[in-house]
Amino acid sequence: MKTIRRYILLATTVGMLGACSYDNYDAPESKLEGNLVYQGTPLNLDPRNVYMELWEPGWAKKSKIDIHVDQNGRFSAVLFNGNYKLFIRRNSVPFMAPHNEQTNSDTILVEVRGNKKMDIDVTPYYLIRNASITNSGKTVDATFGIEKIITDANQKDVERVTLYINKVNLVSADTKIGEASLNGGDIADPNAISLTTQIPEMTPAQPYVYARVGVKLAGVDYLIYSPIQKIDF
Amino acid sequence: MKKILIITFILSLMVSVSCDDEAFLSKQPNDLLNDEQVWKNRDLVILALGDLYNRFPDYQTVEEWREFANFDEAFASRDYGRHQNNDWGFGDWGYWDYSYIRALNSFIKRCGEATTLLEEDRQAFLAEARVLRAAVYFEEVKRMGGVPLILEPLTYDYSGDPTYLQFPRAKESDVYDFVIRELTDVQDKLVDPNVGGGRIYSRATKGLVLAMKARAALYAASIARYNATTPSVITAGGEVGIPAGMAQGYYETALAAAQELIGKGWYSLYQKNSDLRQNFADLFLDKSNNPEVIFVEDFKLKDKAHGFTTNNQPIDQTEEPGDSGWLNPTLNLVQSFEKLDNTFAPLEIGTPGNYVYYDNITDLYEDRDARLWGTVMLPGTQFKGRVVDIWAGYILEDNSIITSGALGGQATLPGRSAPEQVVGKNGPIDQVEKSAQTGYYIRKFLDPAIGSGQRGIGSAVWWVRYRYAEVLLNAAEAAFELGQPDVAAGYMNEVRRRAGFTIDLTPGDITFDRIVHERKVELAFEGHQLWDMKRWRLAHRVWDGQNVGLTTTPGKADASSTKPYGLWPYKVYDPGNANDGKWIFKVVVPGKATGVDRFRLRNYYSEINSDILSRNPKLVQNP
Repeated sequence: MKTIRRYILLATTVGMLGACSYDNYDAPESKLEGNLVYQGTPLNLDPRNVYMELWEPGWAKKSKIDIHVDQNGRFSAVLFNGNYKLFIRRNSVPFMAPHNEQTNSDTILVEVRGNKKMDIDVTPYYLIRNASITNSGKTVDATFGIEKIITDANQKDVERVTLYINKVNLVSADTKIGEASLNGGDIADPNAISLTTQIPEMTPAQPYVYARVGVKLAGVDYLIYSPIQKIDF
Repeated sequence: MKKILIITFILSLMVSVSCDDEAFLSKQPNDLLNDEQVWKNRDLVILALGDLYNRFPDYQTVEEWREFANFDEAFASRDYGRHQNNDWGFGDWGYWDYSYIRALNSFIKRCGEATTLLEEDRQAFLAEARVLRAAVYFEEVKRMGGVPLILEPLTYDYSGDPTYLQFPRAKESDVYDFVIRELTDVQDKLVDPNVGGGRIYSRATKGLVLAMKARAALYAASIARYNATTPSVITAGGEVGIPAGMAQGYYETALAAAQELIGKGWYSLYQKNSDLRQNFADLFLDKSNNPEVIFVEDFKLKDKAHGFTTNNQPIDQTEEPGDSGWLNPTLNLVQSFEKLDNTFAPLEIGTPGNYVYYDNITDLYEDRDARLWGTVMLPGTQFKGRVVDIWAGYILEDNSIITSGALGGQATLPGRSAPEQVVGKNGPIDQVEKSAQTGYYIRKFLDPAIGSGQRGIGSAVWWVRYRYAEVLLNAAEAAFELGQPDVAAGYMNEVRRRAGFTIDLTPGDITFDRIVHERKVELAFEGHQLWDMKRWRLAHRVWDGQNVGLTTTPGKADASSTKPYGLWPYKVYDPGNANDGKWIFKVVVPGKATGVDRFRLRNYYSEINSDILSRNPKLVQNP
């Protein structure tokens, strides 16, 4: 018994002394955060689907880090220090990254050395202006205008505008309990659009909902929205 | 001491006689055949070729039936997750099988050098392998866009520098051109489909080559024409996207290939049974002298059988209690089948509270396309000689429902004393696995043979990859796009007459929507839907992420269809009233179908995964 105990003690000691610290990296601890902004104002985006790609060149394997952008245009990521390239895929998002002088493309160079705050300037195809969402009882009315920001060859057409409402303050084409739409071709005056919908029954019942309006563009997957508003009824 | 001596002696004896390195290390393996041995023997070459046929790529098949529930054709009665996601992954239905391509290239190279084979055999094997290679590249380009065109078996020299093995992606149109050119090239070296009195279905023939060429050219043509509606789905190098100017040429190739095949007279539409509804089901089951089928993956009991019937048979007559009822075709598909007067309409069920009453449960579908009956197992029709018992319960005069939560469950009706059956033995009961939750089961490819529903036996119904009706529809589409609606109408009517339509479409009736619709109903559950929706660039408009209810215009090509719907029959219980015993129908959404399908633009071409990109920096990612 005593021998066994001695062996165990010996083995443990040898194990602990011999165990290596080689392949244990420190966790990343530099925080990169900021907003996607247009003229200093953060964009209101889809809560689930907007991602930026962060690539760190120089490694044998290429693999991107997806950085999620939330519905208020905010992003954050904890990274290792290094020189990264940031890239936003064009086709699915309702905005474009502008031409970058340093890379002569729409790729942005990001140097991470410790915590860093940076806002990224992008240009949306459209913006929603003067959105006002009001209610009388369970009827929700939205009036707003849409402004075309990109008018050159990259311009997009409006497929539809939609008013969404949801139980919680995540409101989008994916997460909604009610909606009302108007097709792009039926918009008479882009500066004065109004949409109306009813708040459906909710289980459990609650006396408030959240609402916002969005613009769906032809050839773009995700919408651009107005700020989220809480509606008490 | 003595013991040690003995052990040492034995050990040294063992060591001294154990190895004859020379003989041992150069021993021929007796469980493997090397290349030289294979290429001396015709039978062994056929085995190798058989392996290549076996690796032929498909997406949805009778073995991969689960994939049929990914879109709006069917609801998965057991795997609800498929209906709870909104989006498809960017890598979904991706395909990057260069090990298969390498095997084909190496077969082709070896076959070219195999002088010990009969010249005639050698040419035939070579041609077959080249057809397979063309088919694989067609599959690649369909899913990924242009891919590197590798036509030689590549070998690494272990020098540490693999750059000479890295090739950039070819243009999308180049890959289609290669497929078309290759098929044209080998056509004469292949056999006729009815050589020697029998018919060849599971190997490449002249028939397959023409059918594949027509399909490939048509895909290329429609991408060239319709990619204009998704201008962002394009890469600068042409890896994705075909210039609109090439559409005309591809349509002409497609029409010519289809017409050449039609003109040969090898194939005709299957019309052995005068009951057109049963005829359309038989078309997929009849393996003896089937005049319509061009190319299949064949199955044989005991050797290679599949579980399609096991998993999709009605639950009340299942031969394997654990499996059944997996696929429930949707109302979205069912209502797409036209009325026999050539018009489109949702099923006439009235509105809640103001129902249309039917004497028989099948009367609702009586005036519909015969193909509906052959594709979908409608409530009240027969399977294996038994009535398919699907009904959701009794509806009383005040519109209240009496039903049960158990399949074939019982309850007592008002005014009666004994409990009786109040719901079908196959349901539908919401969220009961394997019941007909949409009110339908599938009939196409379902094997009525006894035992086919058992796991241990399985079904030998073949998987039809190419058949003549599709060739006719390819010809019709190409002719329509080339501005020859009279030619298109001719081919369409041939297919439609077999489906029970007595009034021919006039050239003026042929529209893009008609073409889209005809393929949808003729080729449902045959693995065409996704590729068709992609090449017409309709996928993002039909699966648009909007929850707007079941369309009321089922003939419209771009009508939104993002959720699986069902239709439940109820029996009227209203003694003394004229409607007693009649049937009414209600539209339902299965409770587990919570997602709303949205096809994103990046789904048009599957993402190339980062491993592949890391290995070959010359590749560009899909848009």
